[in-house]
Amino acid sequence: MRRGRLIAGLCAGLLAAAPAAAEAPARVVSMNLCTDQLAMLIAGEGQLLSVSAVARDPRSSAMAEEAADYPANHGRAEEIYLLQPDLVLAGRFTTRATVDMLRRLGIAVEVFELARSLDDVRAQMLEMGRVLGREEEAARRVAAFDRRRAALAEEVAHRPSAALYYANGHTAGDRSLAGEILLAAGFENAARAAGFPDGGRMPLEVLALTSPETVITSRPYPGASRAEAILDHPVVREMRRARVSGSFADRDWVCGTPYVLRAIEELGPLRDAVLSADP
Amino acid sequence: MTRLIAALAALVGALFLGSLTLGPAGIGPGESLRALVLGDAGPLTLVMREIRLPRAILAVLVGASLGLAGAAMQGYLRNPLAEPGLIGVSGSAALGAVIALQTGLAASLWFGLPLMALAGALAGVGLVLALAGPRGGSLTLILAGIAISALAGALTSLVLNLSPNPFAANEIMFWMMGSLADRSMTHVWIALPFTLLGWALLATLGRGLDALTLGEDAASALGVSLRRVRLTLVAGTASVVGAATAVAGAIGFVGLVVPHILRPLVGAQPSRLLPASALGGAALVLAADMAVRLILPARDLKLGVLTALVGAPIFLHLIYRTRKEMA
Repeated sequence: MRRGRLIAGLCAGLLAAAPAAAEAPARVVSMNLCTDQLAMLIAGEGQLLSVSAVARDPRSSAMAEEAADYPANHGRAEEIYLLQPDLVLAGRFTTRATVDMLRRLGIAVEVFELARSLDDVRAQMLEMGRVLGREEEAARRVAAFDRRRAALAEEVAHRPSAALYYANGHTAGDRSLAGEILLAAGFENAARAAGFPDGGRMPLEVLALTSPETVITSRPYPGASRAEAILDHPVVREMRRARVSGSFADRDWVCGTPYVLRAIEELGPLRDAVLSADP
Repeated sequence: MTRLIAALAALVGALFLGSLTLGPAGIGPGESLRALVLGDAGPLTLVMREIRLPRAILAVLVGASLGLAGAAMQGYLRNPLAEPGLIGVSGSAALGAVIALQTGLAASLWFGLPLMALAGALAGVGLVLALAGPRGGSLTLILAGIAISALAGALTSLVLNLSPNPFAANEIMFWMMGSLADRSMTHVWIALPFTLLGWALLATLGRGLDALTLGEDAASALGVSLRRVRLTLVAGTASVVGAATAVAGAIGFVGLVVPHILRPLVGAQPSRLLPASALGGAALVLAADMAVRLILPARDLKLGVLTALVGAPIFLHLIYRTRKEMA
């Protein structure tokens, strides 16, 4: 009896999912920080049921305030299934087991790749418009993004070298979203000269000997970690003291959303300061 | 004996220089040492003085502490299986350190971190000695160690998982296995006072431990206060292991391997084993720390991995031998 009800429930889930492909999904749940933000930007009124809990964290999320209006989920298959969504949005790094489980339960899951460039941001907005059946809204957002991006692009004569330095000594190469933000803001990525063109773990020694004109670090999270203690290492402190430097919260840098343009804008004053310090 | 100490000291000196000249920046040895000693405002001096020098100094401090603590515990318990890592003292010190870091105590008080690690180590060593009894029978000692290690490890994981910092939970590995990557002079200054205090305490144990080899009654007859030896041992071990673990994580097996290798060379006399083990421990950790940089330069291979690869077979061998003796 109980098994019969379960099977009936599964069948109902399958049936409910079937027509979703044809028309716009009415009940959408997002379980990844980046898809959360894209969905909040593009989804129609009442279309988005829930976003992930991390979207409410103002350090990680550019849209923490907006996210507070949605019920939060923690990316667990059970809670998501109970919301009875007809579409789930997930990221490439969402737990594989959860995505598989949801698909087995007959729920359509769209997996978004990590944005690696400013062009990826455009493409992902359009993709989000397509899966939500909101192509027009997405096209409007993309047009606004393109206009603002074009306004930010200016020819620069001199590019000061900047090193991005994150927890665990990680840096970003040119072919990454953070790298493109840096280039778009008129800097040259010091990681290339240091021999880390694709980013990765750059030892402190290498950072010190590369001597970039400025060091840009991520802003630490609360609570302590060894990973972030490196940002307070005397070598990094000394480099930051000796030159103009910046530290920015992750929120505008990690996800392929239009907020990357805000990251580029915020780098402007830093670039001016570096140029005036070192004519 | 003096020859052995001189040879070990020379080995530590050579490894210390080797450690200073090894790093991802690829600077020549002569050039790097010149930058270290003479110094200018350049980045090379910064690298030498703030990255490589503290790493080498910490390897010596941590290694000597663990070697010394191992030799002292084995002398007191008259059991070659006693070792701070194996019996849960390092694990409890790591728990104290993690609590200090996550509660913000380490950030508000400069000695908050080593103090909490010391408190953790004190609890660990106190529990082990209470559970194992003064004679330190192998079975009770190892069982007590397993229980304390497991509990301390679980609580350390719990604290790190509860942390609001997204990186903290990934650092369980560091606290269990130990590493000297990216440490700075700050860590040297944090560890130094408690390390020196512990060394001074443990160094006074030589005569008492020698007397203890004759048995407790004979030692008492010789005027050795067993209570005092016990207290000094607990305080000294907790100080050195607490300070070492606070800055480098829990590195196992050093206190087991080093006394085991050196014991035949000093005629099994505890008072001579103590200084030899301190130097031997420093040499072992320096060598292990160079090895992790040579084997996997781009990744932070943990020191405890190497010391366990060397130490675990010796540990198994010792258990095998102990079993035969007990049979």
